[in-house]
Amino acid sequence: MAEPAPTATHGATIELEGLTKRYPGSAQPAVDRVNMEIKAGETVVFVGPSGCGKSTTLKMINRLIEPTGGRIRIGGEDVTGIDPVKLRRKVGYAIQSSGLFPHMTVAQNIALVPRMTGWPKSRLRQRVEEMLDLVGLDPGEFHGRYPRQLSGGQQQRVGVARALAADPPVLLMDEPFGAVDPITRDHLQDELIRLQRELHKTIVFVTHDFDEAIKLGDRIAVLRERSHIAQFDTPEAILTNPADDFVSGFVGAGAALKRLNLTRVRDVEMRGYPTVTVDTPLQQIFGYLRDGGTNEILLLDRRRRPYKWLRRGDLMRARGSLARAGTLVHDTVTRDATLRDALEAVLTDNAGRVAVTGRRGEFIGVVDMETLMNSVHELLEADRLEAMEHQHELEEARSRQTHFEQEGDAGEKKA
Amino acid sequence: MSFWEYLGSRHQQLLTDAFQHASAVFQCMVLATVTGVLTGIATYRSAWAGNLATTATSSILTVPSLAFIGLLIPVVGLGVPPTVIALTLYGLLPIVRNAIVGLRGVDPALVDAARGIGMSGPMRLARVELPLAWPPILTGIRVSTQMLMGIAAVAAYASGPGLGNEIFRGLASLGSRNALNQVLAGTLGIVILALLFDAAYVLIGRLTIPRGIRG
Repeated sequence: MAEPAPTATHGATIELEGLTKRYPGSAQPAVDRVNMEIKAGETVVFVGPSGCGKSTTLKMINRLIEPTGGRIRIGGEDVTGIDPVKLRRKVGYAIQSSGLFPHMTVAQNIALVPRMTGWPKSRLRQRVEEMLDLVGLDPGEFHGRYPRQLSGGQQQRVGVARALAADPPVLLMDEPFGAVDPITRDHLQDELIRLQRELHKTIVFVTHDFDEAIKLGDRIAVLRERSHIAQFDTPEAILTNPADDFVSGFVGAGAALKRLNLTRVRDVEMRGYPTVTVDTPLQQIFGYLRDGGTNEILLLDRRRRPYKWLRRGDLMRARGSLARAGTLVHDTVTRDATLRDALEAVLTDNAGRVAVTGRRGEFIGVVDMETLMNSVHELLEADRLEAMEHQHELEEARSRQTHFEQEGDAGEKKA
Repeated sequence: MSFWEYLGSRHQQLLTDAFQHASAVFQCMVLATVTGVLTGIATYRSAWAGNLATTATSSILTVPSLAFIGLLIPVVGLGVPPTVIALTLYGLLPIVRNAIVGLRGVDPALVDAARGIGMSGPMRLARVELPLAWPPILTGIRVSTQMLMGIAAVAAYASGPGLGNEIFRGLASLGSRNALNQVLAGTLGIVILALLFDAAYVLIGRLTIPRGIRG
């Protein structure tokens, strides 16, 4: 390999074509003719019950398990026959419980793949620092440590750093967050989303946790036994329009609630709200409340951050002092919060509304129960239409294919 | 003549014997380690081959050393050859067994990770499996050395080198003035050598076992 490119490599497509694994001595194949196209830069999550072959399918992509049939193409190149060692150096691999080598330091672990692929020494050191930085660990503090001196979450971060160190276009992750506690897992998932936004790798992620799949996946492949694809679609489509009972069983209860996790406050309509700032003359505030046709206004501080909710009677009771009047704003959400967070805030607020703030905490708008409900209904309706359209397309494509196959067969028979 | 006087008058001879003893054990240990680890590497992946290697080496150990060396004399002659052959073979068992146990004990998830990030077979062995199996292998080497220290004394029977000569000379002339001193000097010398070797292994362990897996 020549001097590695300083810029990060973006993802490559992965195509699986009739991928099959048959173990000697068992009647049924463990993985049966999987066809799948994964777009460059996409995160695809394989989710399914244990023993469904999702892990086997993943391990066939870097040929840790040799397929007994079918082909694998990465970035258009057929890798089914190339040297598996060479293939694996171009494909990042992260596993449960990190798989760090305990006898090597964090830096040595991370440098392994770049070193094997012949990066110059000077570049290695710098790369290790970069990678530690990327996964949110302080290079100075961590690079000389041994894996056993790290917490589970930190080990997992280093595991991801090692997988990405040689800048592979493709990253395979086999239940990487399965062995850490729920809070750490949540952090790691957020981190992965952030990483992916920067790096645009093609990620194939295996999990049995559907909520994790929804959170991380651009598309989710719900697999049933022998890795048969029950549904391969966006999280939205799977939630609102599960293909069959198996998928809806896997989605579990509360699909509409889970849907709320997929939409951000920025995507829904916010209500404007009458506001005044602490610098507004009292007389004017009185005026607003009396004539404005509104019961309540939002008082902002000097940096336009939500400060207090003021109701009509509040100022009277406080005898005209702004300092004593109204109720403090105790909870706000950002535009990046999920609708679920917003709903939570609205439900706990005693007046059923929450202020939305921008990057520096400045007031942007308000969401309340009504706006939330309207947006959710609209979202669900849109999802449903989209899913139906999508299904229609699929059916058409399938019928075209069957048609074609039958024609082809007929042609062969004639010949 | 008291023991101390005996030591004083014979120290030249004793030191030479001790050095030869140590050097014989050391050289045979190197041979046994290389053969033992290679045998372990060759057999640990297969259940039957591993068991075969362990059984074969342990059956060597059941042969009485005196008889073994005696049997070697008509085949390879007197002196160094029977000593080296006997010591090396006796030293194998602990090393082979610990190498197999150590290599089999490496976490399969780590081997999977090593394969997954693109390490070839030999590289996996050299960079991951052997370093992780090294602590038990070193223990095997240590046990083996202790054992060989004693067995090497018997080599004197075949005119081999070492402190065994002192012991045999003493035993042959029991009742004479220096007989007891000779046996005592030879035995104590072997004990001291064994302790020195053991100390050396502790040091080697410190230097070669990476901090990340040191117990």
